[in-house]
Amino acid sequence: MPDVQQLMTDRFGDAFRPSVFRDNVRYAVLADRLIEVMTFLRTEGRFDFLVDIAGIDYLHYPDATDRYGVVYCLANSETAERVYVKVLLNDPEPRVKSVYPIWKGADWMEREIYDMYGVVFEGHPDLRRILMPEGFALYPLRKDYPLRGRGERHNFPPVTRAES
Amino acid sequence: MKFPDFIVTRLDWLANEARANSLWPMPFATACCGIELMATAASRYDIGRFGAEAMRFSPRQCDLMLVAGRVVMKMVPVLQRIWLQMPEPKWCISMGACASSGGVFDTYAVVQGIDRFLPVDVYIPGCPPRPEQLLRSVIDLQEKVKATGTVNAREVAARAAYEGPTSLANQLAPDETMVVPGDYRSATRLRD
Amino acid sequence: MPLAPAVPFSVDEEAPEKEFLYTLNFGPQHPATHTTLRLVLTLDGETIVKAVPDIGYLHSGFEKLGEDLDYNQYVTIVDRMNYISPICNEISWHHAVEKLMGIELTPRCKYIRTIIAELARISDHLLCVGAAALDLGGITAFLYAFNMREKIYDIFETMAGQRFHPSYTRVGGLMVDVTPEWVEMTRRFIRDDFPKAHADIVRLLNRNKIFIDRTRGIGVLTKEEAINRSAAGPVARASGVTRDLRKDEPYLAYPDLDFDVVCSRSGDCLARYLVRMEEMRESARIIAQAVENIPAGPVNVDVEDKLTIPDKAATYRSIEGLIQHFELFMWNRRWKPPVDEVYGATEAPNGELGFYIVSDGEGRPWRARTRPPSFIHFALFPLLMEGHVISDVPAVLGSLNIIAAELDR
Repeated sequence: MPDVQQLMTDRFGDAFRPSVFRDNVRYAVLADRLIEVMTFLRTEGRFDFLVDIAGIDYLHYPDATDRYGVVYCLANSETAERVYVKVLLNDPEPRVKSVYPIWKGADWMEREIYDMYGVVFEGHPDLRRILMPEGFALYPLRKDYPLRGRGERHNFPPVTRAES
Repeated sequence: MKFPDFIVTRLDWLANEARANSLWPMPFATACCGIELMATAASRYDIGRFGAEAMRFSPRQCDLMLVAGRVVMKMVPVLQRIWLQMPEPKWCISMGACASSGGVFDTYAVVQGIDRFLPVDVYIPGCPPRPEQLLRSVIDLQEKVKATGTVNAREVAARAAYEGPTSLANQLAPDETMVVPGDYRSATRLRD
Repeated sequence: MPLAPAVPFSVDEEAPEKEFLYTLNFGPQHPATHTTLRLVLTLDGETIVKAVPDIGYLHSGFEKLGEDLDYNQYVTIVDRMNYISPICNEISWHHAVEKLMGIELTPRCKYIRTIIAELARISDHLLCVGAAALDLGGITAFLYAFNMREKIYDIFETMAGQRFHPSYTRVGGLMVDVTPEWVEMTRRFIRDDFPKAHADIVRLLNRNKIFIDRTRGIGVLTKEEAINRSAAGPVARASGVTRDLRKDEPYLAYPDLDFDVVCSRSGDCLARYLVRMEEMRESARIIAQAVENIPAGPVNVDVEDKLTIPDKAATYRSIEGLIQHFELFMWNRRWKPPVDEVYGATEAPNGELGFYIVSDGEGRPWRARTRPPSFIHFALFPLLMEGHVISDVPAVLGSLNIIAAELDR
């Protein structure tokens, strides 16, 4: 949608960088202006449908400058147009503002990214672990966590016939 | 009065026949195999022909635990607790590759075979096993019950030693392990 | 620190004023939760004041595994994601991969994929409807539905050799071509078996007083909430959202075929059930058109593209086929996709199922994020459940069609 892109360029200037790959229209946005951009897209751009939020870890990715990426996939529920907004975050404290006030559907998606990558969403009402147990200390989808874990999966006492 | 031995033997036989032909499964169906379990219970395969159609979701009424599907770290305490709630005599069928060995899911979260944490009687290979295989395993288990069962379940009391493979946590190098001790006694209870 | 449940039992902070409220732990092992869901319900008598879902009891690291397997191998894992319609997951995954690599499928492959996707949609909806009826006490509909599912399994088995997880799609094509017997089987299923079974289920449930009483007006989702909370698929369409990716972003052979998008306005459990029933009929319409018009030609894109696995004959009898087979299977060769990111989505039976793939130019994805419809629909659950009684929990769960493996991945 070129007119939205034109409006965005006028409004945000160098805080955002558009790109296109296949049919995906993507805007890379500075993390501290995310809420502004999202509110704009929600109201002016009519992207009322938050499809998905994806977290990515770019550790050792070729030519990567930042550690984490969070991608918001937005769609217009009437015309089915889509845009993809991406913010890049860094260690030691990856933080970004929550979009929960704009789309309530972001609730569990943000919790999952917090669970898997440790990205903190400021302003989220209930940021807890969602998939891993509460006592779990690490972030499993980070690239420095091994696929087979560190022995957590076998740390249970067995039950014998006599015990039961 | 003390019964002569031959009467006890026949009582064993009677008890075994009764138990083997009315196994009440407790379907611990977590994933894909659970749907095949439903298919086995449905009209084409009809597990009721083998006396095992009375699926009770309360563990206290069951004597056969059917673990269908992968069991993950967060689920192990629940699984153990349900197993402990079942009255003796009881048996366990590990249905599918995931429950028996972890299957394709060799990842941080999936336990590599429930036999590391529970006693298992029959393993079914397959991902997921066909309903015929599940029926075959029920027949196998019936044979086992008929061959080994006793009226007062003293064969179970005799098996005090843990039979499964040892826990992998003990085999890993100390720097590879991150210890998060789990305990079925406390994990599903109210925290203080 | 023990692996404690993520939701503590003492949920209620204002206990002194509300001492009559009590907490009920629902699941993870409970017949109505289908598989492994856990709900912590705060109750006032029998009325639910607050429902807190606790998930992750089937979290098996799919996405981590996706970073370890290549684009063809991961299809066996996505199969196990929504395990009541595995084919739709495969198609969705390879739709995203083919978008990343810029592959245009052959017409024959498009038609076959469309047919199997719709067959999977029918089997998914059958299970959802049957299990919902089972949870509400109607075991007959469940048996009728499963009888039909067995017939669909037979079709899949004829096609791919595995009845449950066929793993049938490949990058740029399919595992093998279908046979004329398969076409005949599908045709017979759509012509004879399915309409009869569908009519039977309709007769069993549509005017069943108990079923209607337990579903009408229960768990109402308004259109605004559905959009704001990202609902998609039959759940959103039952609330009046007209979004259907088969129409909005046509893929495969859908642009050539004539079908309608089924919607309803009321947004309750009954509407979701009715939408599913009608969608099955539309799927049957799609299959009936597609199965008569399968184009001739190859199912895989040309071997010159260096993207598809050559079939056995080509591997053993031609040097090009052998080289390509070698190139795709050696760890240090494989695909050379562009270093970029792409999101591709298809309409799965539960809603929009998409994959966000990040590629670093190697044979394996850097990141294979799934957009799981069940995960998003289960987040609606506390909203739908407020003010209802405990006996409505199975009705709402059954109508949302929550698949735990897709929910937790």
